[in-house]
Amino acid sequence: MGLVTALRCLKPRCWSRTVTAAWSGWKGGERSFTTGKQLRSDNKVTVNFINRDGDRITVKGSPGESLLDVVINEDLDFDGFGACEGTLACSTCHLIFDEEMYKKLGPVTDEEMDMLDLAYGLTDTSRLGCQICLSKSLEGMVARVPESVADIRQTKDGSS
Amino acid sequence: MNYKLLFSHRKLWTLGRRRSTSRLHEGIRVSGQALFSSCSPKVCVVGSGPGGFYTAQHLIKARPDVELDIYERLPVPFGLVRFGVAPDHPEVKNVINTFTQTAKHSRCNFYGNVNVGRDVTINELKEAYHAVVLSYGAEGNRTMGVPGEDLAGVYAAKDFVGWYNGLPNCRELNPDLSCETAVILGQGNVALDVARILLAPINDYILFLQSTDITQPALEALAQSQVRRVLIVGRRGPLQIACTIKEIREMVNLPGTKPEMLPADFEGISEVLKDVPRPRKRLTELMLKTALETPGEKELERRKSASRSWGFRFFRSPVEVLAEPRTNKTSAIRLAVNRLEVEGFTRAVLTGEVEDVTCGLVISSIGYRSLLIDPGLPFDSRKAIIPNSMGRIQHTPGVYCSGWVKTGPTGVIATTMNNSFDTARSMMEDMDSGALDVSAVKSGSQSITALLRGRGVKPVTFADWEKIDSVETKKGEAEGKPREKLLSVEEMLQVAQT
Repeated sequence: MGLVTALRCLKPRCWSRTVTAAWSGWKGGERSFTTGKQLRSDNKVTVNFINRDGDRITVKGSPGESLLDVVINEDLDFDGFGACEGTLACSTCHLIFDEEMYKKLGPVTDEEMDMLDLAYGLTDTSRLGCQICLSKSLEGMVARVPESVADIRQTKDGSS
Repeated sequence: MNYKLLFSHRKLWTLGRRRSTSRLHEGIRVSGQALFSSCSPKVCVVGSGPGGFYTAQHLIKARPDVELDIYERLPVPFGLVRFGVAPDHPEVKNVINTFTQTAKHSRCNFYGNVNVGRDVTINELKEAYHAVVLSYGAEGNRTMGVPGEDLAGVYAAKDFVGWYNGLPNCRELNPDLSCETAVILGQGNVALDVARILLAPINDYILFLQSTDITQPALEALAQSQVRRVLIVGRRGPLQIACTIKEIREMVNLPGTKPEMLPADFEGISEVLKDVPRPRKRLTELMLKTALETPGEKELERRKSASRSWGFRFFRSPVEVLAEPRTNKTSAIRLAVNRLEVEGFTRAVLTGEVEDVTCGLVISSIGYRSLLIDPGLPFDSRKAIIPNSMGRIQHTPGVYCSGWVKTGPTGVIATTMNNSFDTARSMMEDMDSGALDVSAVKSGSQSITALLRGRGVKPVTFADWEKIDSVETKKGEAEGKPREKLLSVEEMLQVAQT
């Protein structure tokens, strides 16, 4: 139990992917004579967020970063997003994807599903942003921020 | 990787500038003179838990002119984030970071050690501020209302949780952990938190607890605990259980323990699951699996070596706590057997049968309860909330509420966040429409702190709290814990105010 909680405090999936991406980039990436800065922007992944007003906000993130990282790093102003700071202890980084993109995002752990189950406006293509790690295959992804960030923990029939 | 905080000052400033510019232009058009001298709206918030802080955060962010004061009864902020969240859920407490940002904002001030209702009245706050927000939560509990509730060995979950989390007025609880069986009434997340802590004294888990902010006296008492079996009892059935799947999964995976469920309680459940929404379905499936499935070899081995057990018991309501003859010590609890009746919603109905369960510890986890801190306020004593409409307190203009005192004591931090944002939005609507008059000059904290001084009350500032924080953190470091909490108000004040 303690181990599980401890792991949650790291970001195991994204963190290890950052290392992997960096390592494989260094080892087998294309040789280029451009400056380091340009190399990094080649590596960036475009992400489109649709905010609660329906506006599209396009930003770039680095492979290995989670979508929550991107929201924070780009100062995107979604009310109440990421309350637990990416530790799978809330559902406020809830994002909704289209079918095709959702399939590319990979399997969902039980732990993510457990917290996702509490998200307001849960859909079949919902995920938690703190668990989605960017990679080039997700280039151009569209993620919608749903209407509210309320966790719903009430009995089904509403009695107290 | 360092997280930049979501509450970005840069963003705040940009938002603010646009708004104040337009207000300026309005001012010039209407009255021919700049509105530079228009006083800033002064708001006070009573209570510094998530309800108070999220309301404050939203107001400060959305209006560049609001000045906000947060009053808190204890010398330390953060309410249930500090005193309610289980020590083995430290990540839930990350919200303290964003609250700290808000408290340290130039337009926000924290005043701890101020008891609203005793040191200062709501009316006095109404006079000094344009708006008052009550976010003082739920510090009482729902009682079972059964004979024997006052016997030794019977505790409210709120007090038990307060005891292991260092709430000053729970430090003398000294729960008797010398019995074998503990019965918890209620099956919400608080009940499961209590069960996990009671079942901790074993191998890895207590070692893990030693690295959390659980108080040292609680840790020592738990290390001596004889409790081996915990039953978590609910009035209704598995489909009505109030806890969430994460907490059930934690129980199922709790080291050194094995589940002890009654298969009969789950009759007919799997048949109705297909039409149930995914969250409830997954939760029920996990319970069914734990109660009915034959475990694999590995799990069988694990259960064989388990020295502690836990289980849900359904369709049972407490009717009496029984004492050992000629003592006032708990020896058993008498439970009424229920059946379910569906009339719109599903409720428990007595069948007339009762059953006695031997136990030495009874913890009632049937709900926290808000109290009325000022007789001038309306109060719904049935629901134990302040009657309100979207956070606007009924018949009391200029006074709002957020958090549990607004909606009742259920929901996680994010639920409260949303509810607080709603209240903030209502207040902003009222400011914009003029329903809340912010034109008069108000004295705000100037007059209130003077008043408090005159009454011998010395508020604890946020910087003072940081002294307490630093002492607790240092004490904790020595023991491999994130903090060792100070356990009395006197100690806290001593550190804060010297």
